[in-house]
Amino acid sequence: MSGTGIAFTRAGVLRGARAAAPLVIGTFPFGLVVGVISDAKGLSLLETWVMSGLVFAGSSQLLALELWTEPAPIAAATLAAFVVNIRMAPMGAALAPWFDRLRGIRLWGTLATLVDHSYAMSAAEMRRGGRDAGYLLGVGLALWCFWMLAVGIGHVFGSAVRLPPGHPVFFAAIATFCAILVPVWQGVRRDLLPWTLAAAVALAAWGAGLGAPWPLLAGALSGAALGAWLELRRA
Amino acid sequence: MTLRLDVLLAILGMALATYLCRAAGYALFRALRPPRYVEVTLQHLPGPIFMAYVAPALAMQGAKGFVAAALVVAVQAATRNLAAAIGAGVGAMWVLGLVA
Repeated sequence: MSGTGIAFTRAGVLRGARAAAPLVIGTFPFGLVVGVISDAKGLSLLETWVMSGLVFAGSSQLLALELWTEPAPIAAATLAAFVVNIRMAPMGAALAPWFDRLRGIRLWGTLATLVDHSYAMSAAEMRRGGRDAGYLLGVGLALWCFWMLAVGIGHVFGSAVRLPPGHPVFFAAIATFCAILVPVWQGVRRDLLPWTLAAAVALAAWGAGLGAPWPLLAGALSGAALGAWLELRRA
Repeated sequence: MTLRLDVLLAILGMALATYLCRAAGYALFRALRPPRYVEVTLQHLPGPIFMAYVAPALAMQGAKGFVAAALVVAVQAATRNLAAAIGAGVGAMWVLGLVA
C-alpha cells in the first residue's frame, strides 16, 4: 500500500460520522451500563463525563470501576486501563498508511479518538481503497458524542435503566464485531487458516483461565503471524 | 457536580495509559521501520483481532450465541447493512432466550 494520495478532508470526516450511526446500537447500551455503574460507585456526573471523555474506552472504564475504592485507586485504575487497552497498540500501526501522511494535531488528535470500532471500519475502508484519513476521525468523533450521551443518561437515570446482565441487547456489542468481519474477509486461501487459528488460540487461552486482554492478544498475534507466514511463503 | 482530586488523578492516569496504547503502536512503527515480515503481519491483523475477540465472547453465550452470530454474518453478507445485521443478532438472541 503506497501512501500517495492520502487525504484528510471534512467530507471524509462527515462520511465516517454517518457510517458510525449503526454502530451506536452496539455502543449505546454499553455506555448506559458504564454510566449506571459509575453512579453506583459514587462518581459524580462531572467525574463520569471527565473519565468517559478522556479515556473513551468502555471495557477499561468498566474494569477500573469494578475495582474502584474510596479514595480513588490511582495506580490500580491506571494499570487496568493499560492492560485492557494495549490491544489498541497494533491498531494504530495497522493504519500507518493513513497516519504516515498526517502531521501534528491531525495525527496525534486522530489517534486519541481511536477505538475498536473506528479501527475496524477504517481497516475495511482502507481495504476498499479508501484514501481519506478523515474517515477514521469521523467515526471516532461520532462514537464519542453518543458515548458521552449514553454515559450521561445512564448516570442520571441510575438504577432506573439497569438491565439484567444477560439481556439480549448486550449481544449488540458482539454482533457488531461479527458483522464487521464480513467486509474484512478476503477469501479462503488468505484468511481461513489464520482466522481459525486466532479463534482457537483465543478460546484455548480463555479456557485456560487467562484474564482480560490475553486471549485476544494471543489469538490476534498468532493468527496474523500465520497469515503473514503463509503469504510470504507463497510469494 | 463535584470533581475530587483523587478521582481526577485516577482518571488522568487512566487517560494517559490509554493514550499511550493508542499512539505508541503507531509511533514505534514509524520510528523503527520494521522488516517486511512485521509489515505483512500487521496487514493480517484485522481479521484475527476480531476473531480472537468474538470467539470467547460467543463461547460464553453458549450455542445460541453461535447461532445468532451465524445469522449476523449471513445478514451482513446479504444486505451489506450493519444495522440490519446487528438487529438480526439481537433479535435472534431474544427469540432463542425465550425458547431455551
